[in-house]
Amino acid sequence: MQRIDGYAAVVGQAKIDDLYLLAEKLEDRVIQNINSTSVGGGVAEILTRMVPLMKQLGVDARWDVIKGNEKFFGVTKKIHNALHGVDVDISGEDLEYLRQVNLQNAEEMQFYGDVMFIHDPQPIALVEKKSGDKKWVWRCHIDLSGPKSDIMDFLKSYIKNYDCAVFSAPAFSADLSIPQFMISPSIDPLSDKNKELPKETVDSVAERFGIDKERPIITQVSRFDRLKDPIGVINAYRKVKRQFGCQLVLAGGSALDDPEGFKVYEEVKSVAADDPDIHVIFHPPASDIEINALQRMSTVVLQKSLKEGFGLAVAEALWKARPVVASAVGGIPLQVVHEYSGFLTYSVEGTAHYLRMLLNEPEYARTIGLNGRKHVKNNFLITRHIRDYLALFISLYHEDDIIQF
Amino acid sequence: MTKMSGPFKFYTHFHLVRLLGIRARNPVELLEGLKKVPTSSIYYHTHHFLEKHHYLSPEPPNDFAYWLSNILNQKDLGELFASVDIANFRDMEDVRSEFIKILEEYISKGRRIVNCPEGQEFHFSSCITIILPTPYVASDLREFVEVLDKISIHSIYFHMFEAKMRLRRGASDFANWFRGIGEEKLAEEISELSIYTITLNGLRKKLIKLVSKYAKN
Repeated sequence: MQRIDGYAAVVGQAKIDDLYLLAEKLEDRVIQNINSTSVGGGVAEILTRMVPLMKQLGVDARWDVIKGNEKFFGVTKKIHNALHGVDVDISGEDLEYLRQVNLQNAEEMQFYGDVMFIHDPQPIALVEKKSGDKKWVWRCHIDLSGPKSDIMDFLKSYIKNYDCAVFSAPAFSADLSIPQFMISPSIDPLSDKNKELPKETVDSVAERFGIDKERPIITQVSRFDRLKDPIGVINAYRKVKRQFGCQLVLAGGSALDDPEGFKVYEEVKSVAADDPDIHVIFHPPASDIEINALQRMSTVVLQKSLKEGFGLAVAEALWKARPVVASAVGGIPLQVVHEYSGFLTYSVEGTAHYLRMLLNEPEYARTIGLNGRKHVKNNFLITRHIRDYLALFISLYHEDDIIQF
Repeated sequence: MTKMSGPFKFYTHFHLVRLLGIRARNPVELLEGLKKVPTSSIYYHTHHFLEKHHYLSPEPPNDFAYWLSNILNQKDLGELFASVDIANFRDMEDVRSEFIKILEEYISKGRRIVNCPEGQEFHFSSCITIILPTPYVASDLREFVEVLDKISIHSIYFHMFEAKMRLRRGASDFANWFRGIGEEKLAEEISELSIYTITLNGLRKKLIKLVSKYAKN
């Protein structure tokens, strides 16, 4: 397990000292995180790293996971899609099922936290059991900029009972009666997914997957999900393939709470079947070193999502100083300053255009990549994320805009 | 202006960004928003870039200017917002009045008002500030220089920007303390620094150089 003091080498000792100062103000509070999966996906990834680091700072942070069956995760996936504006058929019975599963979990779980930190819509109805002076915070990690209104109304009937809500980008905020805060997610620079790797490790991963490091490599790392537009990525690659002789890597896995992942993977494989330079790689959850190596060997990294919560894969690529072309959706414009730390795109054609530019001009691509790394270092590392959460928890116990100790 | 005496106690601060749920699609709606948001929102949109981009990057000096220039593509209006020198204002209400004046003049000229693309609206935010004492204390200029080299940029930011513009202490805490210990000239030089066009690490270096000069005397 990484020690919190080890991050001083990356962000400087002063920022670590700041975290201890904040943590001191929470020493008698218990923070109970609750989400729906312990493995796979950005939320589980962040909590896996963050909870132990908070403990080292002296904050009693803990993490529980609600239980659900295939039917429950089928319903929550439909809700996830509807919140992203996709037309899906969700019945009243589905919504009642979500509620019942939440209530069953509430019966079996201990609500021991002073701060109940509930992540995403799956466990949202636990708030029905709110009592006493506990603070309930709903942490929404997904893009709510264009949700289907009936599903949003369903969520609002629960959100109104929370003390506040937290979103990853300003555009995700909703018309709510409770206070709303913005906290961007983060990556961990010392995790297996982001730490420096020896050249031999990168070479061996390339060899294992049959990737030729002598030719340009375009990569998208993301779950196999239609909202990540893997077919659009293949179409953009096909537009530049002939000129640059490049390869495409589509790598990712699936979260336990996403029943569609394997189906989408099979679809992508079949579309890519006629081109040996397209590498479609389905990773099991513990493949962080491989993902890290694939990102590091890439000439350009894509994130051509149609919808995106925040798009942590973008921050991962930027941290590795890779030039990035990414859709201007969700939290991506917070990470990519167009033509400075990457390129923002709106179409397959635009993606292909920026790919040509970066593949033609390696020096320019290098500068863009280095700018991106600086931007991530200042804004999207786990230490900043912990700082924001600690500030949030402290603020729950104060009324004013200025809190002076 | 607050005159400080005794040793200087260094504080640091943390911002928590609050989303106000107020959006603007065009300059008219931006004006409406500017009139109704709390001053903490004006403060946030004109200051958060200082800590967020503490290296040199092509960011304009406030969120309003960025949105007007880069999203609405109204470069002339954006430039007017970018050129407002916050250092010349006493507090955030005065800054708000200046922005309102610019927008009202612009709109009164009958310029065509265009909406931004969907999804790229201006979202008004504000911030909650948490102020905490650090273990660092300085009793004289020499100790002050030593601490300046160690403290986080958030502490420098707090004493130089937040104390004056959000806590309305009339001048930066550093200038107030120097004045309190009889270093009037140093206080004056600190107050005249152009602090909105420099990175925080650049400001740290400048402060160290300046205070060191007086510490030797």
